[in-house]
Amino acid sequence: MIKEKRASDVEKILAKYPSKRSAVMPLLYLAQEEYGYCNDAAIREVAELTALDPTEVKSVVGFYTMFFEEKTGTYVVEVCDDLPCALRGADAFVRHCEHKLGVRAGETTPDGKFTLRTVMCIAACDRAPVAQVNREYHYSLTPESFDKLVDDLK
Amino acid sequence: MDKHVLLRDLDIPDIRELAVYQANDGYAAWRKALTGMKPDEVMGVVKDSGLRGRGGAGFPAGLKWSFLPKDIFPKYVVVNGDESEAGTFKDHQLIENNPHQVIEGVALCAYAVQAGTAYIYLRGEFYEPARPLQKAIDEAYAAGLLGQNILGSGYSLDIHIHLGAGAYICGEETALLESLEGKLGQPRLRPPFPAVQGLYAKPTVINNIETLANVPPIVLNGAQWYRQYGTEKSPGTKIFCVSGRVNRPGNYELPLGQYTIRQLIEMSGGTIDGCPVKGVLPAGSSAPILPVSALDTRLDYESVQAAGSILGSASFVILDDSVDIVWAARKMVRFFRHESCGKCTPCREGTFWALRLYDKIVGGHGSSHDIDMLADVANGMANKCFCLLGEFATSPILSTLKHFRPEYEQFVREHQNGLPNTYGDQLIRDHAISVAGGSVVEVAY
Repeated sequence: MIKEKRASDVEKILAKYPSKRSAVMPLLYLAQEEYGYCNDAAIREVAELTALDPTEVKSVVGFYTMFFEEKTGTYVVEVCDDLPCALRGADAFVRHCEHKLGVRAGETTPDGKFTLRTVMCIAACDRAPVAQVNREYHYSLTPESFDKLVDDLK
Repeated sequence: MDKHVLLRDLDIPDIRELAVYQANDGYAAWRKALTGMKPDEVMGVVKDSGLRGRGGAGFPAGLKWSFLPKDIFPKYVVVNGDESEAGTFKDHQLIENNPHQVIEGVALCAYAVQAGTAYIYLRGEFYEPARPLQKAIDEAYAAGLLGQNILGSGYSLDIHIHLGAGAYICGEETALLESLEGKLGQPRLRPPFPAVQGLYAKPTVINNIETLANVPPIVLNGAQWYRQYGTEKSPGTKIFCVSGRVNRPGNYELPLGQYTIRQLIEMSGGTIDGCPVKGVLPAGSSAPILPVSALDTRLDYESVQAAGSILGSASFVILDDSVDIVWAARKMVRFFRHESCGKCTPCREGTFWALRLYDKIVGGHGSSHDIDMLADVANGMANKCFCLLGEFATSPILSTLKHFRPEYEQFVREHQNGLPNTYGDQLIRDHAISVAGGSVVEVAY
């Protein structure tokens, strides 16, 4: 699918490295965008493009936390609850997020809209509590600003 | 300091724009090098400046460059922008707000070692801050500052951004190389060192983003100019990331050795509500905690080491008296448990069992025996791990036990029958998630 739909992106990625194998992570990101998550079809396609065995690609998917092995919500909400953020109220903030979305961290809302995850430090401790929604940062969150963020995405 | 050397966006807000950067000495060092300096001269200036690696190890940058064999090609420059140490957010600001200085530094390093390709490895979560950096790279190509035959010098250089995907271990330089080669981010056995056999088994320089951002002003103004900042052994300025229980967390660029930890906390607006400081982590979760008695330690590599910790990436996490030390230590150990790559047994198993013990204690089922066992687990890991991640994982355990053992004892005394306090459910749930891989289950002890 990415071979046809994202042909020029695939070509650009492969051209960056002397070894096809180096393209496995950028291609997995592309595949994840197109397939929704790193399912078997996505893995097989990336394996073919990088001349790797599908099991090798699967092991890369399993090792890194940003490749999803299961279907996620449309919006993946990742809230940092590591020490620096937790010193500024991140634990209570995570509980607020759970309450707002009606799921616990690690779960997806029944309508398939939001997946809530807690993550380790994401390098924005000066603006805690901090979250990423589909990899875009949201800094200095409050319960109110989080509610608005979620309501705007609904 | 009247003007910043690195965080120049604080003095010149639009410096991320190529025209603004060039109007403020931007790419002047690059032009100077390409039109009038031999690669060895660039390396020489950086060596003389005494610039030390800002990623954590503090190894002299120019010396590191000089280890590359001259006669083997291709060579590579790999830039470490994994920035995953808890409490570190300096490279984030640099690539977002002053990206051209980073690019110029990468280019000067590549020229000095005669590499034709550089990869900037950014943590996957920098998907958004990678955009201004990529834009700046594109602008530099368009202006003829990167690419083929740059400024008619005959020298050619390509710079690519590579995004990781969420793995702290990839900040370890050989794990980063593995990751860049498309493999699991697990560290390599050394020797061979990356300088000889690095990326694709070719000679490779690996430097942190902040380290290379220092290079353009050094090449432009000279080693002596740079040495006006800092101390004899720790020259230059350093970005200090301050987070935790202070009023104004943020990045503070200071000359090394000029100020103390106490002054850094004051610059950050002091502690919230003026609460007394309990302890300071000078380099995120990896650094042994320093007690209040060390607050007058000067901010340079040697002084922090003499005080019993490490300056590392200078990510100062400030803990005040409102912070429960057992809770804080558990958070840090949970981090290492999550980030252990699984390659070596002491780290993989040690972090697992240490977290189990913390969960037991924090869950209100601990005893004095469990505190001793924590020390046993940490001592069983120390000096036995394949890479520094496992060694660092012992820091929060051993250093908090060293300075705050009575708090542990008090904690187990006061929490004998389950945990009645407010953060209990969160803690137990974290553990359940780590055990069950995402789904919440009851954990019985």
